Amino acid sequence: MTDQTLPGRASEPPKVAFFNDPKIRGYLFQAIALGILVFMIYGAIDNAITNLRNQRIAGGFNFLNTTAGFGISQALIPWSEAMSYGRAFVVGLLNTLLVAVVGIFFATLLGFAVGVARLSRNWVIAKIAYWYVEVIRNLPLLFQILFWYLAVLATMPTPRNSISVFGLFFINQRGVTMPKPVFQPGGEFIAYGLILGIVLAFVVRAWARKRQEATGAQFPVVPAMIGLILGLPVLAYLVMGMPLTFDYAQQGRFNLTGGVTIIPEFLALVLALVAYTAAFIGEIVRAGIQAVSHGQTEAGRSLGLPEGRILNLIVIPQALRVIIPPLTSQYLNLTKNSSLAVGIGYPDMVSVGGTILNQTGQAIEVIGMWMLCYLTISIVTSVFMNWYNQRIALVER
Amino acid sequence: MGEGTIMTTSFVRSELVKPMAPPVALGGPIGWMRENLFSSIPYTILTIVGAYVAFMALYTFFDFTIWRAVWVGADRDACLDEKVGRSVGACWPFITAKFGQIMYGFYPAEERWRVNLTYIVAVALLVPLMMPSLPFKRENAIAFFFLFPILAFVLLVGGSIIDPWLVVFGWLAVLVGIVLLVFYVMSVVEKAPNQQLMIYGAAALVAGVLLLLIARTSAFDYPALPVVETRLWGGLLVTLVVATTGIVVALPIGVALALGRRSKLPIIRMLSIALIELVRGVPLITVLFFATYMLPLFLERSPDALLRVLVGVSIFSGAYMAEVIRGGLQAIPKGQFEGAMALGLNYPRMMGFIVMPQALKLVIPGIVNSFIGLFKDTTLVSIVAIFDLLGGLRAGFADPQWASPVTLYTGFAFAGIIYFTFCYFMSRYSIFIENRLNTGRRK
Repeated sequence: MTDQTLPGRASEPPKVAFFNDPKIRGYLFQAIALGILVFMIYGAIDNAITNLRNQRIAGGFNFLNTTAGFGISQALIPWSEAMSYGRAFVVGLLNTLLVAVVGIFFATLLGFAVGVARLSRNWVIAKIAYWYVEVIRNLPLLFQILFWYLAVLATMPTPRNSISVFGLFFINQRGVTMPKPVFQPGGEFIAYGLILGIVLAFVVRAWARKRQEATGAQFPVVPAMIGLILGLPVLAYLVMGMPLTFDYAQQGRFNLTGGVTIIPEFLALVLALVAYTAAFIGEIVRAGIQAVSHGQTEAGRSLGLPEGRILNLIVIPQALRVIIPPLTSQYLNLTKNSSLAVGIGYPDMVSVGGTILNQTGQAIEVIGMWMLCYLTISIVTSVFMNWYNQRIALVER
Repeated sequence: MGEGTIMTTSFVRSELVKPMAPPVALGGPIGWMRENLFSSIPYTILTIVGAYVAFMALYTFFDFTIWRAVWVGADRDACLDEKVGRSVGACWPFITAKFGQIMYGFYPAEERWRVNLTYIVAVALLVPLMMPSLPFKRENAIAFFFLFPILAFVLLVGGSIIDPWLVVFGWLAVLVGIVLLVFYVMSVVEKAPNQQLMIYGAAALVAGVLLLLIARTSAFDYPALPVVETRLWGGLLVTLVVATTGIVVALPIGVALALGRRSKLPIIRMLSIALIELVRGVPLITVLFFATYMLPLFLERSPDALLRVLVGVSIFSGAYMAEVIRGGLQAIPKGQFEGAMALGLNYPRMMGFIVMPQALKLVIPGIVNSFIGLFKDTTLVSIVAIFDLLGGLRAGFADPQWASPVTLYTGFAFAGIIYFTFCYFMSRYSIFIENRLNTGRRK
């Protein structure tokens, strides 16, 4: 119907109406979009001011200094009810980060195992891995968290009848209790030893690689790295006169005393997140390995490389290029999914923040802080993974 | 080299080597087992351990859900080991007793036919839409994505049967009328006035206003269904409503944001990117908290709780949908855009007739995958006090009349089977479509 409005008559010089000039149209559309946005934001702020005044809630972040008055079942930094909301939020943030780091570590291990198992030539193993992935991927994560929490961990025996593993670990309804390391004076040198060991291990690896590229001579990198990482802390331990003791849990009459306890909420959350994310990582790893053409493996064999080296030097480096980008988004998903902790009351950032929100009514501030923290975590993770991805990317001339 | 030279060379054998006997078994089931199960000692051990684990998992599942299960009973006594006199598996009478709650929440029993009717219509529209070989895809899609939501609203919420249609079509007619009149004004400015545009535009505008006025007078109120407030909704109904609304509303949002992100206009592009990345960078639960606690502050009147959640879910899935659709847009060769421009099509026509139909077809598997994700994610609404399938089940666990050691496992088994069945078949469907689209690369 609008055909007649199109200035398409060939005989006349193309004289375009001002509203058909793409440039002016562009400005117009953007102005309209911006106008609508400003109008909406203005309306929202106006309503928010009225609503907040009616509910007698003062805006701003002053509430962060107020005494919180609630307990938190797991805190990485000292916490008591007399401390402020701000500190409570930081406790929650640290708990979120703890779950994310532990979860990412184990999900990567399990995920790679699942991915390799999917490609196994052993039919039974491949099928088990396939059905593991299908079942886990098709059940909601919250369902799985609740399953672990309510159907597995909550049905463990009472503390009195704890399941004892070698007398070191005790499993019961209240979680898993394990020996607690106690550092005596001089114990910090063990930590220094560990850090130095890790740094030296990577230095040795870089040196060995350089030497192999230059001369072809090989160096037993893996044993050397393990030796450095384990050996230096042990050496420090011995030299400093064994400044590390363990506080073992004791089975009391009604309860366990001593040791350090991992709360069941943390266990349920980590178990579910690891199982869930590993299924996705498994598929990514499988796709990555399959993306390496078979000719590469055959070429490796014809060069006379043993199977282990073909995997290490030829297949994995190429597969990683395909694996890393989607793996990054899985790591981010795991971090974001850790917010489901609120479903079982693990005190992560969302759970603690939710309590603060309910107590103070500061919805805008709390939700803003959540979003800022998650966005920061997302950005930092993706920047790091992009850096790693660029490092391993194909260098083309 | 001729044949003769070979014959004369003494060390070349002149007769064929006798064929060797074939390996004991390379073919047949035994050969297959040798190759895939028992090729070496470690593999044999793996096979045996794996087979044992798989067997135990399957045995435990079927033993619990079928062989040791209790099928009829009035209360917890039917499912207690000491009353039954044996080790009891799944307590299915618990599910039977709570079935209404798990499926419909507190939706009044005498009105549940409305929910069932909605399901029937949905299946009747969705099944032909999902089968690529059937005709009338366009009509079917319009019916499912546009008419069905209004019908579902009328059936599920209740109230007047006719008014919602009047309101929707009234606003639609007003919108069309305004657009046509704007085009008319443009044609006047260009000194080529198009009378048709004015007539149609004015007619649409008048018709729309009339429809809205009729809706106002509640002249068609009489065959009204009783209103069922959304706080009574629950169970699988809420799960399906949230997931379906999320995906249906996410499509237009996703298309708009995807086009915005690829737009040449800097402000539009920046706003789109900001919204997409903000939503994708935070967990769904914070978006739900935003919709539940923050949104009411920004509005004059606080909307109904389910509606707030629906807004949150739609924004969330819209941002993810935008990225799915952007993937489809990027897969369209530049020649298609250039061809459309060469034909003199303007931007809406180029996108609407040439690019989008191809792009959307490409991303059907992605859309189905988003739907699977959303279906699973709807479980989160129970955290903001909306009772979905999982929430209804948890409410059932708290009933002392059914408190038994197996109640919990029964509930998890039931919900697990429902979720798994839905998601598994949707993912099969997505793979089926993917294979259909991949005809060129099929090996």
